[in-house]
Amino acid sequence: MTILGVGVLKGLGVTLKTFLETYPWGRVLLRAVGIPSANGLVTIQYPDERQQHSERFRYFPFLVYDKTPDDLRCVSCKICEQECPPACIHIVGPAKDEQGRPLKAHGRTYPVKFDIDMAICMSCRICVDVCPFDAIEMDNQYEFASPDRFGRLVFDKQQLLKSAEYFKQIKPSEAAEVDARLAAKQAKTAPPAKPAVPPNPSSA
Amino acid sequence: MSQTELDAKLLEVNLGPQHPSTHGVFRMNVTLDGETIVKLKPVVGYLHRNHEQIGERATYIASFPFTDRLDYFCAMSNNFGLALAIEKLGGIAVSERGEYLRVIMAELTRLLNHAAVTGFLLNDMGAFGTPLLYAFREREKILDLFEAASGSRMMCNYVRPGGVRQDVPPGWLDQARRLVEEFPRFLDEFEALLTENEIIRQRTQRVGILPKELAVNASATGPLLRGSGVNYDIRKVDGYSIYPRFSFKVPLGTVGDVYDRYYVRILEMRESLKILQQALKEINDASPAISPKGLALVKAPRTFRPPKGEAYGRIEAPKGELGFYLVSDGTPQPYRYHIRAPSFINLTILEDMCLGQKVADAIIILGSIDIVMGEVDR
Repeated sequence: MTILGVGVLKGLGVTLKTFLETYPWGRVLLRAVGIPSANGLVTIQYPDERQQHSERFRYFPFLVYDKTPDDLRCVSCKICEQECPPACIHIVGPAKDEQGRPLKAHGRTYPVKFDIDMAICMSCRICVDVCPFDAIEMDNQYEFASPDRFGRLVFDKQQLLKSAEYFKQIKPSEAAEVDARLAAKQAKTAPPAKPAVPPNPSSA
Repeated sequence: MSQTELDAKLLEVNLGPQHPSTHGVFRMNVTLDGETIVKLKPVVGYLHRNHEQIGERATYIASFPFTDRLDYFCAMSNNFGLALAIEKLGGIAVSERGEYLRVIMAELTRLLNHAAVTGFLLNDMGAFGTPLLYAFREREKILDLFEAASGSRMMCNYVRPGGVRQDVPPGWLDQARRLVEEFPRFLDEFEALLTENEIIRQRTQRVGILPKELAVNASATGPLLRGSGVNYDIRKVDGYSIYPRFSFKVPLGTVGDVYDRYYVRILEMRESLKILQQALKEINDASPAISPKGLALVKAPRTFRPPKGEAYGRIEAPKGELGFYLVSDGTPQPYRYHIRAPSFINLTILEDMCLGQKVADAIIILGSIDIVMGEVDR
């Protein structure tokens, strides 16, 4: 502080150290003179290398189906459509026959149309929080660049469908939580049916 | 020779609208006498997104992802402010662990904001790249923590009334402890680079002085106010959340110039690290991350109908006092939703700080206020 220029030289020392830290030989040199140094190389060559994302990394939502694509968990209750802050979800359904009775697949009603406009979606995850059926989850795919505003960014039901296996693969701990919750729910609804079955053979 | 003798005219210059080093889109209408500023009119509104009106038509929970986009550097603390207001309005208790996690997130946000804004200030001064990228290197480590906890780097949408949306993943706290341990090394390096640098001192000392009285009268808050030597920190004054449990100092400036504001930020980062150390030590593993009432609100936002009334939740955001004012009429949507944005209020005294200074100083004075236009225009 007293001698003019010392502050500037000190600052230049910092930039020199940071420069040296980006090279292996530089790190060896720094360690040789007794300066602790870490790997200063923090950038990656993007298209060739990809960053490892954390498990919770979220991008766009997708619809979960259990075994076959027509066995989707969504029952078309439209809660996510209502709660979506930027209103990017559009659901038509539940599917009905000519008499207006709801059609069922695997014991559940299902949507006729389920579109998400990815250009509007802000990846907030509120649809996942509010879904009572754990039917919608967040994907970690992020490369969706498209020259076309509407054609390729409005995802329909077919594009959104992904298996529960896939979900387990990308988010193992979250999938385990969801599975436990679904199993508990099934156990809760199952008991009245279960005791009803065994007495029948015994009485007959 | 005076102006009249030469019959010189004042020159009106529009600085912007542009992206003045990622503060956002902003224009200054400057009237110059030679190189000296005689009048300055900030022009805002380029980034207006109708946030308050959207908030009045959406449920309380649906406003959270929009608050991320107010001050896009400090998503976590923005969420925190709104959560406090909703808790006051609906009488929602907060879980113990949730309180700690929120404070940890808010202080990490302060670290990354102050580091980045110092980099931007140097960028405005013409030191292109170097200090900014050093700051961004450290910021990236904090953003990695945010991504691991919330799933998103910047638009976290993590804090909720009653706690936080999800507990942090296993091992996260140890990672945070390691970061807090290593961060002072970066700060020492950063200070060696900047604090005693003669060029920076020459450039920033006695520039853009904000007198104490004016700062108070203009209701400036945050490092801008404390740089002028006014001891006012909402964490101390209001004692919201669990801040009274931690011991930390409030760093103050003496002159109120650009250099003081820079240095107050550096010292605040060191105080934040103290809070983080204490919080990471005391955090209790047993309790859930969110209280039952808060969880019910997250799962079913439309069932939350707070009683008629109003609430004001405020926090010491990195930029100053961030307040959320909510009026409820008993429906799932707020009747009125207003945000007191620190960037906007602090920007109002830009002219007083710039008068009589050179035009090049206006740029660094703007940089030292620390504004983000997402918050100014809402």
